[in-house]
Amino acid sequence: MSTVQKKRLLSGPIIRSAIKDSFLKLNPISLIKNPVMFVVELGTIMVLLMVLAPGYFGAEDSVGFNITVFIILLVTVLFANFAEALAEGRGKAQADTLKKTKQDITANKLVGDGMKTVASSELRKGDIVIVSQGELIPGDGEVIEGLASVDESAITGESAPVIKEAGGDFNSVTGGTRVVSDQIKVRITSDPGESFLDRMISLVEGAKRQKTPNEIALNTLLISLTIIFLIVVVTLRPISSYLGVELDIPVLIALLVCLIPTTIGGLLSAIGIAGMDRVTQFNVLAMSGKAVEAAGDINTMILDKTGTITFGNRMASEFIPVGKGTEKEVAVWAAISSLKDETPEGRSVIELIKKLGYSYDSGLETDGEFIEFRAETRMSGLDLKDGRKVRKGAVDSVKRWVLSQGGEIPGNLDKASNEIAGKGGTPLAVAVDHQIYGLIYLKDTVKPGMKERFDELRKMGIKTIMCTGDNPLTAATIAAEAGVDSYIAESTPENKIEVIRREQKEGKLVAMTGDGTNDAPALAQADVGLAMNSGTSAAKEAANMVDLDSDPSKIIEVVAIGKQLLMTRGALTTFSIANDIAKYFAIIPAMFTLAIPEMDLLNVMGLSSPSSAIISALIFNAIIIPLLIPLAMRGVSYKPMSSVKLLRRNIFVYGLGGIVVPFLGIKVIDLIVSLWI
Amino acid sequence: MGIVQIIAVIIILLLLVKPLGTYLFYVFSNEPNRTDRIFGWFERGIFKLGGFKRLEGMSWKKYAISFLTTNIVLVAVGYLILRLQGGLPLNPNGIGELEQTLSFNTVISFITNTNLQHYSGETGLSYFSQMAVITMLMFTSAASGFSVAVAFVRGITGRKTLGNFFQDFVKAHTRVFLPLALLVTLILVALQVPQTLQPTLEVSTLEGQTQQIAIGPVASLESIKHLGTNGGGFMGVNSAHPFENPSPLTNVIEILSMWMLPASLPYMYGLFAKNKRQGWGIFSAMMILFVLLLSLNFYAESKGNPAINAMGIDASQGSMEGKEVRFGIPQSSLFTTVTTAATTGSVNNMHDTQTPLGQITPLSLMMLNNVFGGKGVGLINMLMYAILAVFLCGLMVGRTPEFLGRKIEAREMKLIAIAILIHPLIILAPTALSFLTDSGQGSISNPGFHGLTQVLYEYTSSAANNGSGFEGLADNNTFWNMMTGLVMLLGRYVSMVAMLAVAGSLLRKQPVPETIGTFRTDNGLFTGILIGTVLIIGALTFLPVIVLGPIAEYLTLR
Repeated sequence: MSTVQKKRLLSGPIIRSAIKDSFLKLNPISLIKNPVMFVVELGTIMVLLMVLAPGYFGAEDSVGFNITVFIILLVTVLFANFAEALAEGRGKAQADTLKKTKQDITANKLVGDGMKTVASSELRKGDIVIVSQGELIPGDGEVIEGLASVDESAITGESAPVIKEAGGDFNSVTGGTRVVSDQIKVRITSDPGESFLDRMISLVEGAKRQKTPNEIALNTLLISLTIIFLIVVVTLRPISSYLGVELDIPVLIALLVCLIPTTIGGLLSAIGIAGMDRVTQFNVLAMSGKAVEAAGDINTMILDKTGTITFGNRMASEFIPVGKGTEKEVAVWAAISSLKDETPEGRSVIELIKKLGYSYDSGLETDGEFIEFRAETRMSGLDLKDGRKVRKGAVDSVKRWVLSQGGEIPGNLDKASNEIAGKGGTPLAVAVDHQIYGLIYLKDTVKPGMKERFDELRKMGIKTIMCTGDNPLTAATIAAEAGVDSYIAESTPENKIEVIRREQKEGKLVAMTGDGTNDAPALAQADVGLAMNSGTSAAKEAANMVDLDSDPSKIIEVVAIGKQLLMTRGALTTFSIANDIAKYFAIIPAMFTLAIPEMDLLNVMGLSSPSSAIISALIFNAIIIPLLIPLAMRGVSYKPMSSVKLLRRNIFVYGLGGIVVPFLGIKVIDLIVSLWI
Repeated sequence: MGIVQIIAVIIILLLLVKPLGTYLFYVFSNEPNRTDRIFGWFERGIFKLGGFKRLEGMSWKKYAISFLTTNIVLVAVGYLILRLQGGLPLNPNGIGELEQTLSFNTVISFITNTNLQHYSGETGLSYFSQMAVITMLMFTSAASGFSVAVAFVRGITGRKTLGNFFQDFVKAHTRVFLPLALLVTLILVALQVPQTLQPTLEVSTLEGQTQQIAIGPVASLESIKHLGTNGGGFMGVNSAHPFENPSPLTNVIEILSMWMLPASLPYMYGLFAKNKRQGWGIFSAMMILFVLLLSLNFYAESKGNPAINAMGIDASQGSMEGKEVRFGIPQSSLFTTVTTAATTGSVNNMHDTQTPLGQITPLSLMMLNNVFGGKGVGLINMLMYAILAVFLCGLMVGRTPEFLGRKIEAREMKLIAIAILIHPLIILAPTALSFLTDSGQGSISNPGFHGLTQVLYEYTSSAANNGSGFEGLADNNTFWNMMTGLVMLLGRYVSMVAMLAVAGSLLRKQPVPETIGTFRTDNGLFTGILIGTVLIIGALTFLPVIVLGPIAEYLTLR
């Protein structure tokens, strides 16, 4: 992914607009969506009324104190709003860049035999347009004719153009991207407002953000805690007045605000937005927050071998002579057959021969006719001008070709080719006219670092299943080399769905990646389906995430981000609730000490006076929100480890920390506050 | 020596947990086992009589409705008997009908397993009422609670269904309460507890005056009173009375009777969960909280009353005001802790006269209502806190919280929210209301901090379905009868139905297989988290009132 696109956590304009938004969000109608902060706002309004009309409430003596409480409460709400606005702001900034791409584009629509220039907003599903070099593609669609290289940097941030062509898995184009060469005929597949770009904008803007199931459940808990403390505080007044202890309303409001989970209440939506944002920053587009959270819960991951675990392009690693051929002969003829072969396999043959130090007559290439690889022949090669025909290709095909020219098959060919297949490689036979010289050993290489990542996944409790079209022997070799937990050889797209269903039946959540149209059903069936941006639009529709960089191994990071999101939420909830202990010890003695002097014994923190104790607790309660914003946005640090270790660490940091930190914090604030009070 | 007495009882309890828990598992797992041969024929007879052809598993709604309907029928029968007892047989002392609100309060009190007594047994109830209402409800309310707990455990451990209420209800009687009650009754009779239908004795004292000595079918009531964690005494002063609890030995038997079944339930739960460590984890959390609060009470009572100590009176025995000499501090302290932990509510000493710090123990245990707890309810509540702990901390392992392989989602949290809300609400709101009304304030016999504790204790005891009286509160009047009656009803049924719904909802979920990434709920770390959750969510709620009641009294008394 491009690092240039990564924005700094905070930048000037984002902060400025977030500050503005935090005031706009004071509107009770919008704040009611966050019940915890809504209660704080109601308290703020009540204290404000007492400040404005002290006579009516009999609060003339404590106007100064009440003003202080009012200001702190207001700031508490503003801080919470700020956290949310900041998280949203980062998404908005990204959306703005995208919107620029989405200017109205003119399109050349095919009408009957002629062409008509229309605005892109008038295009409907099924319309056909022609896009030529230098033009922007007017909408999402499929290439139905032609081949072109397309610059998709507006969406992916990747500057190298990609090839799009009709038919196959590389036919989908995205609106707003630019054709850099050639001309294509595109069938539009989305109506205005529903395009990929539109969805992307609304996602990063957070406009359509819905609460995830986990957020809803946590919110329920936060609301019930708020109600519990509301009961505690409301009943406290009559109970204490029986004892002759009259509690002022601002003091009770202060107690309430300190006890209800304002910290997590203020940061909850910011955590969710920031989690989505982290995925987006990672150039993966999640269609919903739910999908990101589901990623954290994954039990099984289905990975395609080719492209995900291995590089996919098989590299030549050895030349093996058969029959009367020598290694040098094999190498030379293999090289000659590959001279004009631009496939990765072909190039790797040339590289290998250079490495082995054999020389060959490159002049043979001149005027030779290159025979391209075709699915029917499964061979490629060169017809030399002296009439000789050089071929390399699948062993069976080459055998048939040689036999058809009246040649003979060396006796040890099958043995050698089986040996290669047994080791997980692919054998390519090299032949000139009617003689087979030997084999090229093509090896599929596992991407570096994959084994370590599978170890990490295992530590997270995730099982990996490798899917490959290879034969069982090859599959087993690669599986062992990469360190996946199991594999499915000779797999078809139907196999994948079967595996997903089987795992889901056991209650497991399954993640998979895919790009082809035939992957679409499996992507839809999986709990987390990551489609490649380079893939077909069917695959992208079916998946709940799209990787703009088209790097299938990213699914592993997406899982980590999902886990991190859930952990951050849990850590801050635990921290917030644990804070209550210290706040109780600050406020309760403060409330009662005037009437019952002996209560000072409970003032374990030695806070200087009742009013400074209450104000210090309130200030702590307010400033902890902005102090935790960076943590909420960045997420708690996460390294794959077993749940027991992870929990022990997090309980220590956020649970015990949540108990201890406020004791220290309130004491320090009190030392400062007591200078004035 | 005092501590040795306490430790000995705890050790006996620990020895009982495993065999009893295993037995309960066999009884309620409904798989054929040896106990069928002893009890099966009898139960089949009962089912035939009741017209049950097949005992099918029930949905949570059906289970809840069966449970509620059964309870309603029992309440109606009980109410009628109390109102008509004057004309019914077995009334040698010629006691008249019970007043309306008192009858309401009494049947609610017994069907909810609370046994808050606003009447005095010797003078208010006929022998028939004692047996047909009080003792009958003691059995049925305990069996109801037990059944719901078992159904809840079946739900969260993923059995096929929650079970059949009627089957559980009958089995709880035939295989648990009746045999155990018979056994304990015989032991108590052997240890001099009266068991007779003779009328009150009238004897002449040495001074030539006549004295009424109340007797009756005491031993039978005493056994189920403790086994069923009921707590309602035959006599007004409950187990402090020498006929209810004549010796330290009967005291230990009564303590174990009320403690052993609630303490075995976590082990039974472990067997249902097919992971004994789950059960021990829950048990340890309960035991740790228990020992902490027992220590507080024992320490405070041993130190004596500072006001009396200041007068120069020997305090070496501790604060003996309101305690029986035959029990002393250790046996009183342990009894108080067990009776409020297991929400029995019987008393062998007056909690009203305990030292202020000592009073925190019974109050906190009833406020938590999950340290062993009453018949079944304690386990349900502790498991509810376990689910809550999983929800709060489970996120910290980076997965959607799961408990026993089932995801905890919005629906469960909503139901649990109801259960955690109702308890503080029905304690604090009526307490506040009582201080706002004259009828509430008028009953307080001891104004100031102690008066606050009196009122708080009354509602806490009602809400937790404990039923122990703080005494000292003049509570037999319309206001208190109605208020506590409502609190008892809400305290029992709201959370039970909500938790049955949780069980039903969890049962429907597809279990998630356990992996190394799963949040574990069967290790010491989780026990610690569970205790922390109970203290922070359950206990902190009540801190302000505890501070204003016992703590303020303690601080001003020092």
